[in-house]
Amino acid sequence: MNRFSYVRAASAAEAVRELADPAARIIAGGTNLLDLMKYAVEKPTRLVDITHLPLATIEDAPGGGVRIGALVTNAALAYDDRIARDYPLLSSALLAGASPQLRNAATTGGNLLQRTRCYYFYDPATPCNKREPGSGCSAIGGLNRIHAILGASENCIATHPSDMCVALAALEAVIHVEGPDGARAIPMADFHRLPGDSPEIDTTLRQGELITSVELPPPAFGQNHTYLKLRDRLSYAFALVSVAVGLNIEGGTIKKARMALGGVAHKPWRKPEAEQALEGQAPTLENFGRAAELLLQGARGHGHNDFKIELARRAIGRALSQAAEARPQSQTDKRIR
Amino acid sequence: MLNAEHTQGAHVGAPRSRVDGRLKVTGAARYAAEFPADSLLHGVIVSSAVTRGKIKRIHTGDAKAQPGVVEVFTHENRPSTAWFDYKYRDETAPPGSPFRPLYDDEIQFSGQAIALVVAETFEAARAAAMLVRVEYTPADHATNLDLQLDEAYVPPKKRNGIKPPPKPRGDAEAAFAAAPVKLQNEYRVAIEHHNPMEPHATTVVWKGGGKLTIHDKTQGSQNSQSYVTNVFGLSADDVEVISPFVGGAFGSGLRPQHQLFLAVMAALQLERSVRVELTRDQTFTLGYRPCTIQQVSLAANRDGKLQSVMHNATAGTSRFEDYQEVVVNWSGLLYDSPNASFDYRLAKLDTYTPSDMRAPGATLGVFALEAAMDELSCELGMDPIELRLRNYADRDENDDKAFTSKELRACYRQGAERFGWSRRSSKPRSMREGRELIGMGMASGVWEAMMQKTAARATLTADGKLEIACATADIGTGTYTILAQIAADALGLPLERVSVKLGDSSLPKSPVEGGSWTAASAGSAVQAACDSVKQALLTAARGLEGSPLANVDLDRIVLRDGRAEVAAHSSAGLAIEDIMRGAGKQKLEAEESAAPSKTAMLTHVGYTHSAVFAEVRVDEELGVVRVTRIVNAVAAGKIINPKTARSQILGGVVMGIGMALEEETLVDHHLGRFMNHNLAEYHVPVNADIHDIDVLFVEEHDEMVSPIGVKGLGEIGIVGTAAAIANAIHHATGKRMRDLPITIDKIIGA
Repeated sequence: MNRFSYVRAASAAEAVRELADPAARIIAGGTNLLDLMKYAVEKPTRLVDITHLPLATIEDAPGGGVRIGALVTNAALAYDDRIARDYPLLSSALLAGASPQLRNAATTGGNLLQRTRCYYFYDPATPCNKREPGSGCSAIGGLNRIHAILGASENCIATHPSDMCVALAALEAVIHVEGPDGARAIPMADFHRLPGDSPEIDTTLRQGELITSVELPPPAFGQNHTYLKLRDRLSYAFALVSVAVGLNIEGGTIKKARMALGGVAHKPWRKPEAEQALEGQAPTLENFGRAAELLLQGARGHGHNDFKIELARRAIGRALSQAAEARPQSQTDKRIR
Repeated sequence: MLNAEHTQGAHVGAPRSRVDGRLKVTGAARYAAEFPADSLLHGVIVSSAVTRGKIKRIHTGDAKAQPGVVEVFTHENRPSTAWFDYKYRDETAPPGSPFRPLYDDEIQFSGQAIALVVAETFEAARAAAMLVRVEYTPADHATNLDLQLDEAYVPPKKRNGIKPPPKPRGDAEAAFAAAPVKLQNEYRVAIEHHNPMEPHATTVVWKGGGKLTIHDKTQGSQNSQSYVTNVFGLSADDVEVISPFVGGAFGSGLRPQHQLFLAVMAALQLERSVRVELTRDQTFTLGYRPCTIQQVSLAANRDGKLQSVMHNATAGTSRFEDYQEVVVNWSGLLYDSPNASFDYRLAKLDTYTPSDMRAPGATLGVFALEAAMDELSCELGMDPIELRLRNYADRDENDDKAFTSKELRACYRQGAERFGWSRRSSKPRSMREGRELIGMGMASGVWEAMMQKTAARATLTADGKLEIACATADIGTGTYTILAQIAADALGLPLERVSVKLGDSSLPKSPVEGGSWTAASAGSAVQAACDSVKQALLTAARGLEGSPLANVDLDRIVLRDGRAEVAAHSSAGLAIEDIMRGAGKQKLEAEESAAPSKTAMLTHVGYTHSAVFAEVRVDEELGVVRVTRIVNAVAAGKIINPKTARSQILGGVVMGIGMALEEETLVDHHLGRFMNHNLAEYHVPVNADIHDIDVLFVEEHDEMVSPIGVKGLGEIGIVGTAAAIANAIHHATGKRMRDLPITIDKIIGA
């Protein structure tokens, strides 16, 4: 672990000022950053502790939505009465992730910024463009069973590991940030980026910007939702493929559909065409299959992860069925429905 | 000597809670990295980034300049240690040249320890370790067993204690060619790492004058002690190894590991106390279950009688040692076939040497054999249990010896009944509930019931308390508890009057704890020592003036509730405290050892057996497998403590579920490096993966296998479990999975 200094920010503005130093990092729950520092993947010279800022509340947002403070822990968010009632998809995705201990510490803002679980990214003895730009991608031609099938580049095939973010993508959340030039709002779809030529950059946050809250639009899906996560064991494993689905069904017709995939790309994967293809249609397996094809258009394997294309296709179908039947996947049952 | 009191005592055979349970749950039980020492230094290991080659230059200046750093050890400045290989060869070492940390500039495997940074604090050592810069001259490496099969060889030197493959019987090839029903398949099991909860660690306490007390994570305090004395040229009087508690090991604590060497080296050189603890990632640079590729051929008559068994295996080993385990022999042992042949080969890889991991060899070989037997039962259209019964071996054909006991038939019968085997349809893909296909499978399990010469001391004090001492280890298996039970019954004492000391090299001699031999070996030694104390106590009791036992034959006196009494009249007797006081004894002490009966072993062999039944539910569309029920019926001789015994089997079954479905150390062959070296990416089962596990112990009387009739349980729970699951998956889906672990991608076959 490298030497670093530590400061406790008294205000969001102070945190933003501290972030002017590109080698400074915000620390809140620390569940990912501390690991990365121990592995010498992250080498901040300064840690800016924001845990004393008043960002741990869940409040009404104008227009009927809800605003979730960046410091609300994953556990507090998942078990919040209002979230569990109005946004059960988000609760479910949170509970599909990590372990109870980690969820008690991890925060909403930190979850948005967690980094890939690519084996090579975590092992500084190996080449990795995301960790060390220009060193090469070991996963291409290497061990890539857990890697991306969509939106990857020749420089990086890492995936974003978050479950929460997949639900936030389907819920069309908006990320509120404060920065040197003031506050701005970033739609979830634009928050994470694809690796392209600069895989070292995960998000569209600008230098010095601090996430302050996540806003959810008014609830739209009732009980027609699910978060289906497929992985190598039933808990404490990252998704091989996960699917977040929210449907609004009226009179046997899908009025609104939102779908996002996790574990398949550098960001939660959405495709408006796939959602539009469901809207105005009946919730049938055939329509689900067509939506899956659209959502997976352009999917490409790298050897070990070829199976993910077929697995994702099947998982999308299953998730849409679960959502349509209002029988969301349980995160406590010891089984997949 | 076995007598009625021992078998029908109050404690042996009763489900007792762990006597060390409270210490463990309150944190009072200390593990190797938890022992305090004055002005303790901390060592952090720098691991090689390349797999093979040489260290061209190693720059330690920046690290040494860090505040708090005391020394950076590398091959360039290490103190000299023993010259000859045999000095480094521990009790369990395979043939070859054991790895010597910091020996020279040669890199032999990825992650090899190449420097030790020692500092006043752990944080300073870790920070400085990141500043050690290494220039390598890399060389080509080979880590892919598939590409080394042409180079495979029969190990020229056999590993001590490991039976080589049996001699062929009949003409297996010809019988295979002639038989009407046959199959030949390849089976694979991935590399697995032990991953006990407690990472390897050593705390060396510098006592001055070259004397060391060493707290090491080890399954053999005396094995670590003799390694240290041999390598560093120390006297046994100057080195005590104390490891009372071990947070799981599964075999990874058998060999002295490199953190022991490094901590002792630094302590001797710096004349300070030193602790070295491996990170979880660094524990992946220790031994592992080797990647093994097996071919099994079975041929039978239409009535199911086996005509030919051929079992070949090739396993990876390191360049510098020929690690060997018993993989193929089980196929000549479990079933009776007139024609059989066996082949076991090794191939050199640029990795560290593999090591014993729970039921070494048997987990692999029995998986392949029992999966093949299931395939044969399908070919024959015969119930898998019936096929096994038709080929039941009443005699060990490998060694041409009788079994000391073998209640495997009862395991099949009782296990099948408990499991509800009769509800199984014979056709694959014929059972379904909702989206899930249901499958039922079974397999046999077998492990050698070994006993090793072991000594123990029993000390009865004037206050009527008994202390038991033996150098063996309790790695979480319940050894403290069962030894207390044996001792309490031997001297008729309540359990709380017995204390047990283990894991200390100064205690009576014991081999490493392993191979499932500890209960039989240490248990028999404790029994013998207690019997001697009892003899002395009763003799003293009869000699007391006015003793109510004066003219009573020894065999009519019983010890119960802390008193010596005439068997028929409990009123006529003496409290132990009164006997001790009357005889003027502060203590009665005896040290005895127990060993396997050489005469019995000329004609007999002991094996533990099991029948494992698995129910799986497979969501075929999504490739998700749930192991919803396991019944494991075990025949292991006398069960001293059904509670800790059951826990051993539960743990073995859970590990077997991991082997079947999850565990795999991923190797990047381009880099020659294990890549999922942490508990997030190396998957062992979590609670959510585990459903009903039912353990039953079949009654088995065996007075030959060990003096106390015990066979041991550490291994048998895992053997057969993976095969039962793979067979159940076939029954559910019709798909044969011959390559472990059976992950989602393999089920969906995409």
